[in-house]
Amino acid sequence: MALSTKNILGTKELTQSDILQILDTADSFKEISTRAIKKVPALRGKTIINLFFEPSTRTRTSFEIAGKRLSADVINISGSTSSTVKGENLIDTARNLEAMSPDILVVRHHCSGAAELLSQFVNSPIINAGDGAHEHPSQALLDLLTIRSHKGDLKGLKVAIVGDVSHSRVARSNIRAMQTMGMKVRVVGPPPLIPVEIERLGVEVSHNLAEAIKDVDVIMVLRIQLERQNQGLLSSLREYSNYFCLTSETLAQAQDDVLIIHPGPVNRGIEIALDVMEGPRSLILDQVTNGVAIRMALFYLLLGENNANPN
Amino acid sequence: MQTLIKNGQVIDPANQIDGPFDILIDKRKISAIEPRGKIPESKNISVIDAKDCVVAPGFCDMHVHFREPGHEYKETIETGCASAVAGGFSTVAVMPNTFPVNDNHSITELILSQAKKTNLANVFPIGAITKGLKGETLSDMGELKEAGCIGYSDDGKPVMDSELMRRALEYSRMFDLPCIQHSEILDLTREGCMNEGIISTELGLKGMPVEAEDIMVFRDICLLRKTGGRLHVAHISSGGAVELVRQAKAKGLPVTCEVAPHHFTLTEEACRNYDTNTKMSPPLRTHEDLELIKEGLRDGTIDIIATDHAPHDVADKQMEFSKACFGIVGLETALPLTLKMVDEKVITLQKAVDLLTHQPSRLFNLDKGSLGVGKDADIVIFNPKTQYTIEPEKFKSRSKNSPYKGWKVRGKVLHTLVAGKTVYSADNK
Repeated sequence: MALSTKNILGTKELTQSDILQILDTADSFKEISTRAIKKVPALRGKTIINLFFEPSTRTRTSFEIAGKRLSADVINISGSTSSTVKGENLIDTARNLEAMSPDILVVRHHCSGAAELLSQFVNSPIINAGDGAHEHPSQALLDLLTIRSHKGDLKGLKVAIVGDVSHSRVARSNIRAMQTMGMKVRVVGPPPLIPVEIERLGVEVSHNLAEAIKDVDVIMVLRIQLERQNQGLLSSLREYSNYFCLTSETLAQAQDDVLIIHPGPVNRGIEIALDVMEGPRSLILDQVTNGVAIRMALFYLLLGENNANPN
Repeated sequence: MQTLIKNGQVIDPANQIDGPFDILIDKRKISAIEPRGKIPESKNISVIDAKDCVVAPGFCDMHVHFREPGHEYKETIETGCASAVAGGFSTVAVMPNTFPVNDNHSITELILSQAKKTNLANVFPIGAITKGLKGETLSDMGELKEAGCIGYSDDGKPVMDSELMRRALEYSRMFDLPCIQHSEILDLTREGCMNEGIISTELGLKGMPVEAEDIMVFRDICLLRKTGGRLHVAHISSGGAVELVRQAKAKGLPVTCEVAPHHFTLTEEACRNYDTNTKMSPPLRTHEDLELIKEGLRDGTIDIIATDHAPHDVADKQMEFSKACFGIVGLETALPLTLKMVDEKVITLQKAVDLLTHQPSRLFNLDKGSLGVGKDADIVIFNPKTQYTIEPEKFKSRSKNSPYKGWKVRGKVLHTLVAGKTVYSADNK
């Protein structure tokens, strides 16, 4: 069964059955990464271009490894090496790359809507690897995979997303994907970092971390960026930490089997305490492992199962 | 050479005329307006049959950007005027954010001489409030008026300094011309690219809160109470700002405002697919704002309709939403969009014509926007019933940045006359 969409621009466009299919496919791919020879020929002869206009190590590497484990040829182009520094515009860059017949474009860009814009000008399938504060669908999918592997069923689970929701594409993608899967979402943070009218998306809003995590199954901690202080959105990181850092003391308020996830990279001691990050409830490294499986699944499903063989 | 416009429904709000009249034009001027059939035809009179059509004073748009001098690749005075007359506008007022800025008599004269050469529509320049639109020192308002400017504005760049705005309102009194403010507190809209609300939250775009407009309108009204100048609020988009203007008018303050057609026909919902042709400043607002704007049209709080015609080349629009230029072209869609308000029974057809003709002329003291005998024969003939689909690629404007592509509308301009000369006919396409 094919996905309902040609591109992965956001979780907003994905149906429940799309998401289940992606998660199931990813589950079946996990094993490949544990083999001595971590490669299957599924996408041999396919070309994947990672077009990253924003610095990223983890996500770009994850996409690259995912492609290579499926035997695709993966090319990385970063913002600083691309022609955009010479003034070439985003659309021209993508069209030029397309003229070299890639099979998938993976795009990360600092502007919201950049992936959707490209999809109007190129024919290759596009995977949005993060566009501004809009969406980062593969991150949300790997989060769901991580949660599902520990909780079994996603339906009815409660999640608290803590931190700078306003600037977070991870939060937006997760809110949509989680709601599609029948989960309940609460966003937690100081009011300047909670986007206006977000309740209208059907999420709860809280400004009290200890209260907000009491009844949840999952706590997702977001990275807080120092520059928010200069933008007048935070008084100081120190005060932010006083109220919103997930420490073992606050965590004592939560259920015993609560899961903790974080999209990384982590500011240790600012949004999450070191002992919590490295503690038994933290799934931060599982997320990274699952990220490779999710991206393998996306490549595989987008390029069609017909001409590929997962074994 | 005489021209007779016959069989039309003449609507001339300035003279409270609405009915079956024929109009005789002698050279540049209107020489007679008589009940249908009363003006005898002869061989020497060319006839325009306006059957099923409204015959009205040529429309007056007091807020357009023609980009000349400086950005002729977007629009020139010639292409802008061609767009104007295709939309039924015989008179336009051009904003000073050209390059160089229209903040001195040389630029004003250049604009007027280009307009004269083009010889399509009447072009009235608006001079800058501050030199270079920098918001630092007042421009020479007297010199600008003497050169031909009919108002002052730093449009696109609000006058943020309250002291400077106070002085602008005070000084402009000497010349009895309005100060036109683009009302936006820039501190609140930094890096913003659409209305702040649920849609900006969903799209992950930086919002421009409606309060940025409300606060500026309120500030200027407060200043106005002190200075007694004339304040004209450009492209009002906030329901709250409409209420502020309503209250100020009730107190007798000399404040007026205009609305652009996109602010009574579109909401922030239009931004959903990151279409940069929905990016404008002030941004498309909420459904509630839209309803309050319509209420302002209905009760007369909103004085005029002006398009904020803002042409941009594809190169300035076909890009990431947050990076694209603000603004859309408006001259060639204003009539059908205004007639939507008639369809929705927000205003009558007579009021629609009034908002596009008599009121703008009155506000800016122009001897335009009416059909009296002896007046310049600036006339638009449109069929309010003709249905068609908006096709931006066919616009006369050099730029095609319109969010209305594919809209099915009614109300088509058939002829536009300026000073007795037919400068546009739909037939001649």
